[in-house]
Amino acid sequence: MTDSSGVTRRVSDALFRHPLWLLVLLLLPPLLWLGVIYLGSLLALLLHSFYSIDEFSGLIVYEFSLSTYAELLRLSNMDVIIRSLMMAIAVTLGCAAMAFPISYYAARYAKGKWKALFYLLVMLPLWSSYLVKVYAWKLILAKEGIVSWVAEQVHLTWALDALLSIPVVGGPSLSISYIGTFLVFCYVWLPYMILPTQAALERVPGNLIEASADLGANPGQTFRTVILPLALPGLIAGSIFTFSLTLGDYIIPQIIGNSSYFLGQAVYTLQGTAGNIPLAAAFTVVPIVIMLIYLSIAKRMGAFDAL
Amino acid sequence: MTTAVSFQNVSRHFGSVRAVDEVSLDIAEGEFFAMLGPSGSGKTTCLRLIAGFEQPTSGHIEIFGATAEGVPPYRRNVNTVFQDYALFPHMTVLDNVGYGLMVKGVAKAQRDAKAEDALALVALPGFGQRRPSQLSGGQRQRVALARALVNEPKVLLLDEPLGALDLKLREQMQVELKALQRNLGITFVFVTHDQGEALSMADRVAIFNQGLIVQVGTPEDIYERPQTRFVADFVGSSNVLPPAFTKAAGGPERWASLRPEKIMLLRGSMSSPHKEMNARVTVKAVHYQGASTRLNTVTADGTAINVTAPSSLGKFAEGEELTLHWPASALHIMESEG
Repeated sequence: MTDSSGVTRRVSDALFRHPLWLLVLLLLPPLLWLGVIYLGSLLALLLHSFYSIDEFSGLIVYEFSLSTYAELLRLSNMDVIIRSLMMAIAVTLGCAAMAFPISYYAARYAKGKWKALFYLLVMLPLWSSYLVKVYAWKLILAKEGIVSWVAEQVHLTWALDALLSIPVVGGPSLSISYIGTFLVFCYVWLPYMILPTQAALERVPGNLIEASADLGANPGQTFRTVILPLALPGLIAGSIFTFSLTLGDYIIPQIIGNSSYFLGQAVYTLQGTAGNIPLAAAFTVVPIVIMLIYLSIAKRMGAFDAL
Repeated sequence: MTTAVSFQNVSRHFGSVRAVDEVSLDIAEGEFFAMLGPSGSGKTTCLRLIAGFEQPTSGHIEIFGATAEGVPPYRRNVNTVFQDYALFPHMTVLDNVGYGLMVKGVAKAQRDAKAEDALALVALPGFGQRRPSQLSGGQRQRVALARALVNEPKVLLLDEPLGALDLKLREQMQVELKALQRNLGITFVFVTHDQGEALSMADRVAIFNQGLIVQVGTPEDIYERPQTRFVADFVGSSNVLPPAFTKAAGGPERWASLRPEKIMLLRGSMSSPHKEMNARVTVKAVHYQGASTRLNTVTADGTAINVTAPSSLGKFAEGEELTLHWPASALHIMESEG
């Protein structure tokens, strides 16, 4: 028995008797934020993509039209979309290839302090400024940077030159090529792939792997038929991060690469200097549509069956 | 008779822990062999050594005459029914059952047909398109069994397969498993900590304690003639009587075991017909169990004796004085001190 008979007690008793009130109380602020400010502004943005810009005055015409979307299909704009899409796919595959072995080790073998060390090392790069890391990579990948220096020391300059002479993805130096952009994207987004993959692998019971071996599957078969399908939701979750973050980023391709436009830069320039908000909005719709297509394909392939 | 599984001085140590310590064992082909013991006694490790999930630290294992050390699980003609079934959650029941055939490259139509047959064998026909998550515990257990049996293993290993089922289902599955083993003629190695299960199903039982096998024998051997105090106590909670008591009750001065259900009792101060095999006791606790009543009693010198009394004898009260008596043949003198 307590002798407190104040307001607090009556409120908590009332909430205990009416759990629905508690739920409403808990959900109202975040729902307001999510519904009104977050999704609301996104809808306002999408709405703008259905307006167009007057060619002569440069003013926005507030009438429904699909002309802005037609403009997206112009060769120069399609170029930006395809370039961004290819980069996002490459970065996602690169991150997945690097993240999987690391996650597998952390989930299946690392114990105690080694697991703590794993989390520390994966999270560590996230603690420092994104801009500083990107500029650091610019120096690492520059023509006089540490990568070319190391290549020279081990007499592999020819290999680096061969890599840079590949058409389209190559360039005068790593920091001025798509390869460089790819490397830095992979570096920056890798933790976002490792963490969900590791979480998914952690949930795969060890006895499923034993059962698979027991039924005659060699390690390769077990990997393909048991481990990979069960880790797929984690890989998909990670790929949503790496894919959409790459699609929307406008800083890395600006600092590292051959200064051709990516989606994020296109949006940045169009809404800023060009003042073409409708086209910028239409460009924003592109990654959303790409993600929706990607997720529906993933769902059809059964990526979420094990959830 | 062919030997299915043979252990020769097999040890498996984990660091300083001797999970299995110098175990030697022969399991005959077609035998229903139970490994019984408390948790941590090494029985599951022995099973895993046969399956190939563990490798012996020392000693030699043969499966149908072939050396097993260094052979990975996927190259052994041995299948396991796991304790929590380990069904693949992302596959249908049919794909689960057909998994072993799939990895061996059997064509889809053929493996589906065989998987359906296996499901029919465990009384789950038509369940193929369901997911494991849509099945009850008992059904999952049957799927796990079908998934192992479809590979026609030479030895089937069962790791406490009935542990997660409720009593009624467990008893039903015991009967079915036993019948299945008889019909298929496959060697079953069954790990359990439930002595009733081991005694009712197995042809032979090995009792494990602290990484050692303390006794191997038929269920009757184990129950009627326990060789050590541990076996007497673990299997059927026998009364383990100290040498002094055995002598006072009319036997040799040795440790002895006396099954509670073999003891007869007389109420009040009636005298016993077996003059040399009796004891005066006081009731300490009464456990009513329906058909019978279990009495915890104690003698004047402090030896605890449990008695199972038929409920027809009426109610007992704590503190009541009884005379216990038993035929001389009920007292089993143990061969070893352990």
